Amino acid sequence: MDQSTDESPDPIDESVIETNVADAATSDTARGPADTIVEARNVDVFYDDVQALDDISMSIPEQRVTAMVGPSGCGKSTFLRCINRMNDRIDAARVEGELRLREKNVYDDDVDPVALRRRVGMVFQTPNPFPKSIYDNVAYGLEIQGIDGDYDQLVEESLRRAALWDEVSDQLHESGLDLSGGQQQRLCIARAIAPDPEIVLMDEPASALDPVATSKIEDLITDLAEEYTVIIVTHNMQQAARISDKTAVFLTGGELVEFGDTEQVFQNPGSDRVEDYITGKFG
Amino acid sequence: MSTDDIEADLTRNTENAPSELLARLFFFVCAVLSVVTTASIIVLLVSEAAKFFSVTAPLVGFAGETVSVVEFLTGTTWQVNSGEFGVLALVSATLLITVGAAIVSVPLGVATAIYLSEYASRRARRILKPALEILAGIPTVVYGFFALLYITPVIQLVFPDTGTFNLASASIVVGIMIIPMVASISEDAMSAVPEELRQAGYGMGATKFDVSTGVVVPAALSGIFSSFILALSRAIGETMAVTVAAGSQAAFLQPWNPASYLEGALPMTAAMIQLLLSDITGGGLGYRSLFAVGLTLFALTLSMNIVSDLIAQRYREEY
Ligand SMILES: Nc1ncnc2c1ncn2[C@@H]1O[C@H](COP(=O)(O)OP(=O)(O)O)[C@@H](O)[C@H]1O
Ligand SMILES: [Mg+2]
Repeated sequence: MDQSTDESPDPIDESVIETNVADAATSDTARGPADTIVEARNVDVFYDDVQALDDISMSIPEQRVTAMVGPSGCGKSTFLRCINRMNDRIDAARVEGELRLREKNVYDDDVDPVALRRRVGMVFQTPNPFPKSIYDNVAYGLEIQGIDGDYDQLVEESLRRAALWDEVSDQLHESGLDLSGGQQQRLCIARAIAPDPEIVLMDEPASALDPVATSKIEDLITDLAEEYTVIIVTHNMQQAARISDKTAVFLTGGELVEFGDTEQVFQNPGSDRVEDYITGKFG
Repeated sequence: MSTDDIEADLTRNTENAPSELLARLFFFVCAVLSVVTTASIIVLLVSEAAKFFSVTAPLVGFAGETVSVVEFLTGTTWQVNSGEFGVLALVSATLLITVGAAIVSVPLGVATAIYLSEYASRRARRILKPALEILAGIPTVVYGFFALLYITPVIQLVFPDTGTFNLASASIVVGIMIIPMVASISEDAMSAVPEELRQAGYGMGATKFDVSTGVVVPAALSGIFSSFILALSRAIGETMAVTVAAGSQAAFLQPWNPASYLEGALPMTAAMIQLLLSDITGGGLGYRSLFAVGLTLFALTLSMNIVSDLIAQRYREEY
């Protein structure tokens, strides 16, 4: 992958996007069509009286990387938090409409958010490892979810999948906080995938990281899509183009203005607003 | 501003203006005053206690009756009238009450803190926190009566042989008394745990209980420990409640025997009150023993505070 453009905040030139899209290892054309795992139907979200998402409908494919892009404040994080009901933790937040995980509306009264979150892991914008050892961080989900098995092996496996094992295998019992920012974020990814969720949500997981760490995380995301459904928020257009199969473009006001195959969205955007945004003319 | 003024303007030396100097002096005097007061109390305590012990009395030029340090620190009989000054009788009562109070206040205080920090709605917290502080403001002598009139009868229902004055009652009431302190300091420590850590827990499918006990409490551990030590130093130094509830009869009770709690005994603070109120105040050995006990108590609480600082440093919160 081309890393020279990694952190460039400048407007991107289209040839770069095209090459990157063509590079994407997991594009739909390469793997055939996928089933829908998450389906939003007319989702509105309000914080008190302020509307943050406006009538969002979209179908997110299984075992693919779906990117959400858009200017800050357009509701990307809010949408992500709808999927695992982390919005429940915000008193002011109110969700309307339906959000289906494999046909089950997660906002039905009988849905247990704890059980939901065990199927839908989450990685946050700033790395937030627990002030515990690296091992205990990864084992945390296994413990609280009462998962049986050889923890040593499961921890190793998760750290390997998060491309962190080689760097930490001799310091598993040292604090996760002693790691660098990029390592901490990969630790958080290892922690999220250890209990084997179906979906991994990532909210700008690389925004606090340097270019090298960012590219590691990007490679990792591409690999994760072999097994998991990854839904990632990013404000970095090139990143979305590089790693995602589908791209959703949100614009200010909480509107979903475009959603489709990444290649399609970047090469042939359906509206001028989207084109202006992804080519960096505004946003 | 014209360029001519700039030299004068930039060299005004505001820091040494008369008003600044005066303010600095005032704050300095206040700081010195409080240090000097504390220091002179300690000097008084040490020099009076020195007159009590046979090894130190000559050093301070005192020629009266004295007691050997070994006898004082290892003796188990406290009988002022017959000249027996075994401080272990008093220390054992104090330690029993402190341990008993810890058994009551540590779990309840931490549980209260967890409720306030993790479970309570904003409204419940707004009502409960001030209520806790009111609990901390009740005069301690009232707690003593409460122990005598309400707690002791309940203990007697279960253990009919228990006397009116007993350490169980004193322990429970001191424990209740310091719950607000444990709860409020622990709650501060738990509230300071960053929301991101809770999010991480909930995002993994943790329940509220998992997050409270597995994430928040461990992350706030040093603050929680500090609350224990501070509250227990307070329990050791507590006077009125134990004077009323524990009794006035000095007795050495084995600290490792739970049955000791059903007996009455004389903790250090209550013994000091007793000495002050008796007719020995004018001088003499009994009077000087007051300072020796005071110094022992001071050493005990001081070492607890040092331990608390060490613990807080060792387990400083790093999020
Ligand atoms: N906890 C909250 N309380 C109130 N308003 C919020 C909260 N979180 C987000 N919002 C508002 O919702 C809108 C969308 O925010 P967010 O989803 O964080 O956007 P993005 O992630 O795209 O930057 C913003 O206007 C923001 O101010
Ligand atoms: Mg966001």
